[in-house]
Amino acid sequence: MSSGRATLETPLLEVDGVTVSYRLPSQRMFHLPRAFRAVDRVSLAVARGESLGLVGETGCGKSSLARAVYGLAPIAGGAVRFDGVDLAAAAGAERRAIRRGMQMIFQDPGGSLNPRMRVEALVAEPLEIHGVGNRGTRRDRVVEVLEAMGLAAGDGTRHPHELSGGQRQRVAIARAIVLEPTLVLADEPTSALDVSLQAQILNLIAALRRDMGLALLFVSHDLDVVGHLCDRIAVMYLGRIVESGPAAEVLASPGHPYTRDLVASSPVPDPDRPIRSAAATGDPPDPAAPPAGCRYHPRCVHATDICASESPAFTRIGADRLVACHHAERVMGGKSGPPHA
Amino acid sequence: MNALMCMHELVLEGQTGGRPRTIVDRLSISIAPGESLALVGESGSGKSLTALAIMGLLPEPSVTVGGGSIRFQEADLLAMAPRERRRITGREIAMVFQEPMTSLNPVMRAGDQIVEMIRAHEKVGRRAAIARATELLAAVRMPDPAARLRAWPHQLSGGQRQRVMIAIALACRPKLLIADEPTTALDVTVQAQILALLGELQREMNMAMLFITHDLGVVTNVADRVAVMYSGRIVESGPVRGIFRMPSHPYTRGLLGCIPGRARPGEELVAIPGQLPTPGETLAPCRFAPRCPRADERCRSVPPPEALITERHVAHCHHPGDGGR
Repeated sequence: MSSGRATLETPLLEVDGVTVSYRLPSQRMFHLPRAFRAVDRVSLAVARGESLGLVGETGCGKSSLARAVYGLAPIAGGAVRFDGVDLAAAAGAERRAIRRGMQMIFQDPGGSLNPRMRVEALVAEPLEIHGVGNRGTRRDRVVEVLEAMGLAAGDGTRHPHELSGGQRQRVAIARAIVLEPTLVLADEPTSALDVSLQAQILNLIAALRRDMGLALLFVSHDLDVVGHLCDRIAVMYLGRIVESGPAAEVLASPGHPYTRDLVASSPVPDPDRPIRSAAATGDPPDPAAPPAGCRYHPRCVHATDICASESPAFTRIGADRLVACHHAERVMGGKSGPPHA
Repeated sequence: MNALMCMHELVLEGQTGGRPRTIVDRLSISIAPGESLALVGESGSGKSLTALAIMGLLPEPSVTVGGGSIRFQEADLLAMAPRERRRITGREIAMVFQEPMTSLNPVMRAGDQIVEMIRAHEKVGRRAAIARATELLAAVRMPDPAARLRAWPHQLSGGQRQRVMIAIALACRPKLLIADEPTTALDVTVQAQILALLGELQREMNMAMLFITHDLGVVTNVADRVAVMYSGRIVESGPVRGIFRMPSHPYTRGLLGCIPGRARPGEELVAIPGQLPTPGETLAPCRFAPRCPRADERCRSVPPPEALITERHVAHCHHPGDGGR
């Protein structure tokens, strides 16, 4: 037993000042390779049974963070704790227990499923790796899980290429939940699907959360999806979290100018609620060379001198909202009400 | 008829394993000058091939025209000699594609690609064409247009590349712009800018637009009218407001029910059951019948009639509108 054992108050997942850094090839011969901080000292927590949506645009580091939590991206600083246990320090049985309790679903099920394995073997694999049950009980469990995923009895003997995109994502979810984890990390699991299939998968994930009491870290660029599925939301921009809080509150009255612009730019299928195109100006900068100070200041209509020089600290708003903006109060108070109220 | 473009019962056939199959089935749409029509559908609905058919860019021989006509200002594009047709496509009808990285030539500077387009269609000198290209980049709100003329595509951001694509498309002041998912590869903040730009240019130039998308949220921001496609056919068409306020085909209602933003948080989404039809699958007279909650024997045996919802709002369905949402 390690010293940092879980108590009731310990979050299930704790990301504490995590930095993920990649090396970019040097731009000229004999120059040193540049380091690129995809995630820059980010902290967040997911409680048991809670769903946290991590949103942001391309290159903001949301996928890198999820992959770092799962051990697929190098952590250059900070710590990830699962159930109070530091991932980096865990070894042997403790490490296996963490692995079993935390599973991941990826965006492209075509790329994350071994094309040479049949569906039933794919779903049985996690059970075999963790030595759960015997051959017979494993087979029963696979049948049970495939049925819960809404797959037909005959699908078990098929290969991934024989399935549609939606069915493949159901298999990927079956693999993730067959070990009955307490936390699922989902990286844009519906982005590659058509809307009618996306709705089926979102309903499936919501039902699993309800039935299994799963906690969820859901990475997405789609505010609609996150607002629908998640209790809380954290918004990332260029490697940092700019705002976090209860999903409904953040989306209804965003506190950070970036969140505000993101909400205003997101198209809503309602002829009476056009998007506000003037929201964010310019293109997102190169994530490898982020601007100094507040990283959003070059595109922000509220920016002043301090924004260009000083990186803003989190301001607490209400009970449990955090906003990293020098002008949070002015942004929330001054300009027009919630755009989608 | 005062339509700018009028497509009548277009049939597109695909060859899979030597057997012909219908991909687009007797599709009729028309666009008035200056009007914006959105063609909406999921993967495999045939919406992109319809656009390519207008441009004469079908991937022949795997997809060929099997019948119908496409009239542009009264002349039938499908009956024209290739030379004659090339004078219209590119010049009077231009197209913007989804992926600006693959549709721009990576080894040619952005400005040269605009100049190439101008000089392919008009007798102008290089110097004059460069001046026009600079104006065009300014018109698509490219920051520092004169310098960007010399940029290579890889030096531009996704949004800037799409601005170059739009500049190329607008080079000859087309009367009809076909935009095939032009913002799908972009982030929402950049998408909002590009959608606004297209709307402004359309108004300034009194240009008609055929906007192809899978995103109903985008539709309300760009279109006057909508046509919803499912499996090669139009299932419902009408003015934007009518379609969104009174969706009458079960598929349209299903699509709207699928959108997370329209449901209350935590509420189950009204998902459309089943899968999209696979190529080569035998289809019922109403293509949507296998997935439709209202389907009965008639839907599986009799082709759906055109049900008039309002004056310009049509649903191809035996049970339009009933059941509400």
